Amino acid sequence: MSALTAKVAEPAPPPPPGAHAHRRRRGVELTLLAGAVLVCVLGYLYVAVADGGHLPRPTPRYAGGLAAAALLAHLAVRLRAPYADPLVLPIAFLLNGLGLVLIQRLDLTTPGHPTAGEQLRWSALGLALFVLVVAALRDHRALQRYAYLSVAVALALMLVPVFFPAVNGAHIWIRFAGFSFQPGEFAKILLAVFFAAYLAANRTALALGGRRLFWKLKLLPGRVLGPILAIWLLSVGVLVLERDLGTSLLFFGLFVIMLFTATGRIGWIAIGLILAALGAYAVGTFEPHVHSRVEDWLNPFASIERGEGPGQLAQSLFAFGAGGLLGSGLGHGQSFLIGFAAKSDFILATAGEELGLVGLSAILLLYGLLVARGFRAGLGLRDPFGRLLATGLASIVALQVFVITGGVTGLIPLTGMAMPFLAQGGSSVVTNWIIVALLVRLSDCARRPRPDGPDGPDGTEPTGPPEPPTGPADPAETTGVAR
Amino acid sequence: MIRYIRWCAYFCALLLAALLVNVARVQVWESAAAASNPANKRPAIQRYAERRGDILVDGRPVTGSRDSGQLLRYERTYRNGPLYAPVTGFSSQTYGTSFIERAEDRILAGTDPGLSAFPLWYELSRGRPPGGDAATTIRAAVQLAAYTGLGGKRGAVAAVEPATGRVLALVSSPSYDPSELSGTGARVKAAWARLNADPARPMLNRALRETYPPGSTFKIVTAAAALDSGVVTDVDAPTETPDPYPLPGTSTLLPNTSTGCADASMAEAVQWSCNTVMAKIGVRVGLRGMVEAARRFGFNDGGLYVPSWVSRSNFDTDMSPDQLALSAIGQFNTTATPLQMAMVAAAVANGGEVLSPYLVDRTTQADGSQVRRGDRRGLGRAMSPATALRLQELMVKVVEDGTGRNAAIPGATVGGKTGTAQHGVGNAGTPYAWFISWAKAQDAPFPAVAVAVVVEDASARRGDISGNSAAAPIARAVMQAALATPTRRR
Repeated sequence: MSALTAKVAEPAPPPPPGAHAHRRRRGVELTLLAGAVLVCVLGYLYVAVADGGHLPRPTPRYAGGLAAAALLAHLAVRLRAPYADPLVLPIAFLLNGLGLVLIQRLDLTTPGHPTAGEQLRWSALGLALFVLVVAALRDHRALQRYAYLSVAVALALMLVPVFFPAVNGAHIWIRFAGFSFQPGEFAKILLAVFFAAYLAANRTALALGGRRLFWKLKLLPGRVLGPILAIWLLSVGVLVLERDLGTSLLFFGLFVIMLFTATGRIGWIAIGLILAALGAYAVGTFEPHVHSRVEDWLNPFASIERGEGPGQLAQSLFAFGAGGLLGSGLGHGQSFLIGFAAKSDFILATAGEELGLVGLSAILLLYGLLVARGFRAGLGLRDPFGRLLATGLASIVALQVFVITGGVTGLIPLTGMAMPFLAQGGSSVVTNWIIVALLVRLSDCARRPRPDGPDGPDGTEPTGPPEPPTGPADPAETTGVAR
Repeated sequence: MIRYIRWCAYFCALLLAALLVNVARVQVWESAAAASNPANKRPAIQRYAERRGDILVDGRPVTGSRDSGQLLRYERTYRNGPLYAPVTGFSSQTYGTSFIERAEDRILAGTDPGLSAFPLWYELSRGRPPGGDAATTIRAAVQLAAYTGLGGKRGAVAAVEPATGRVLALVSSPSYDPSELSGTGARVKAAWARLNADPARPMLNRALRETYPPGSTFKIVTAAAALDSGVVTDVDAPTETPDPYPLPGTSTLLPNTSTGCADASMAEAVQWSCNTVMAKIGVRVGLRGMVEAARRFGFNDGGLYVPSWVSRSNFDTDMSPDQLALSAIGQFNTTATPLQMAMVAAAVANGGEVLSPYLVDRTTQADGSQVRRGDRRGLGRAMSPATALRLQELMVKVVEDGTGRNAAIPGATVGGKTGTAQHGVGNAGTPYAWFISWAKAQDAPFPAVAVAVVVEDASARRGDISGNSAAAPIARAVMQAALATPTRRR
């Protein structure tokens, strides 16, 4: 490793003697980014050749644009977050680029309705916001102060689309002047920030307080539990109103995971699972839209047996099956048979059919790596807010990948949700770039060498004393949220 | 908190593992099941994604491919569809394939492993070779002569080259245009329904798939059996047969349609088509001898492919003597396809050797390099060469001065045999007119063609039905076309 990094010149100010110079690994990041750009450009060329048999003319422009964007993001990280995890940015860039390749390939099947250009513009906006967040947010703990503002904005964002007309049966879109976006996507980050701040402030009470019911089960004090249950009920209520089950499931899972991380109480998991089971049963039984999804999941080929032709899930399974081990090759599959939402919810089916089990597994492992780096940042951080936020953000990505991948491959009932970075959808791409920016910021803080002096790295706030690995709480850390 | 973050990470790892296992299940385990699901359109899309190879007659394609722009993209077109329909069959997005389109489908659709220049090349490159071509043995002039000869009347013509077994013409009438069945949609379904409901049954390939009572043309088989078994040693010797002939064991009298059959010789019986004499000879040969002779000509064989499957021609193997007498003159349960009767004529013309008829001369890759070729393949000997020579003389007599004079061609040796087959309950149906024959150019070493013609509704007037008036002129036209354009040897 040292041999690799030794070759890379470091323009950043030289670290103090004895500091961990090797922990920056910016050269590794740049190399990986170059690889990601190469993969994306090759994919772009492959699709064009598979379509027309000749190279597209704007290739140099496209390749140059990608390289410039990658370089810009890299410079932002190098200058503003020099200790950041070197894997996070290249993985995000590669996934985003692969998504563009897949959407460009699917554009061939919808000649009157190209979407790759729009997705490219949204990706550029997402990357710009990434640079902005990395540059402007010098310390993640600044976010802790805006906990209640976050939750207020999140609820507002989720409520607004109720007043807009439904699109495909769900009130999750805002359409304005030709633009359309899903505010619920941004709400994910804001809710994660709020949960992290609130739980960091109250975790002692949550972990230790409450009357004992029996054995280890304790009833929590209403003062602590009240607000959080209210927030949860409200967000779930809004989502049921908007009929977007996927996001509802995501919020609930996020809530349970972060609560468990903050308190370590298995009871939370038990309560969470019971609540989830009850909710799932109720919604699956009484909501006709969701009920049909469950039926589909139990027997994807029922519509064929009824003579109505294959449903969407059956078409998706056909596409995955057609891919086999190595896939048909980009541009040689027939995933357009899925029809509606082939570029968004079902984009993985195209990846599965044309890149095969090998390609799809690689994509899933990339997500796994991204999530793992998020948890790694959480482990490296000292402050409970940062830890909870890193865990929350990593969990958002993990849950989304699980819910949509499991849905389109028939592992769990299908719920509409965007595959992070891959799926077509502007709000989703922008949101995911912000998540990645926050992970870069958090990992930078986690990997930064400990200063010897009492001041923190930026002199903003003293870091708390190291937490004992198994200790439930340190009162000194629970002062984040002003009451 | 560190521990709980780790637990969360392990939980996420578990989710990832579940996803990977499930994806492997869907993509590998259940891959074959998904591909074979009838609702999965992928196999059909791939099948029609490229131009289909062509079927060639005289080196020129009689088929084509049209880009429909639909999901199942390339649709089949046919030049002279009704003329070649019994040869090509149809290739339909909705109804599949038939005849050569079916038999050579792997070549035409580009899925045959022989189309790959290097082993496993297309498996590795994941592409598909362009469809290959199938060159038929059909000769356009012969086919056309047969088709115009039938002129829309119900019937069929099969012509083969005796020395090789190459099928030179295969016509069924009335015919249909297979391009009506190409593609998808209401138009195709309507055409299919209409063609299937048509009482004239235009989609029936009468030359290969319909069996008719062969009538008097079967007397050639009986005569061969008699000569080979030694029942008749001198074809000119009187047979002491009464006219009419009482069927053995019954009081039923078998009449003749021609005069002068009483006590006629076998030569005269063939020349004038005497039912009485040939029935008696058949009984004298016996059931086993007759069954054996019929089998050697190709009867009772359900496994003939040219490469399209040919219906089994029947000669009963368990009969009373009176039934045998009727069977020996091509009645009772004896039935034959037109191709089978062409094979009978060809066996006589070819010195007794029966050759397996074949329709596909060679299959090629799109660039013309050969994949496989159809070869001359013997099916055994139907009679001794001496018997064949004797029968050739008898058949020539039929055309020169017998029942089949309408088939005579100046400047060529023509042998033939007429037939008029009764059928239907109580023989109430319009009789079928048959003619089987062969022709040899005067200076040629081998006969050029053997042909069988059957006309179902030869005439409205029952009395006019006869092989000579209805079928022989068609056979003559076919033989003339074959003699005029000898087979080019590659």
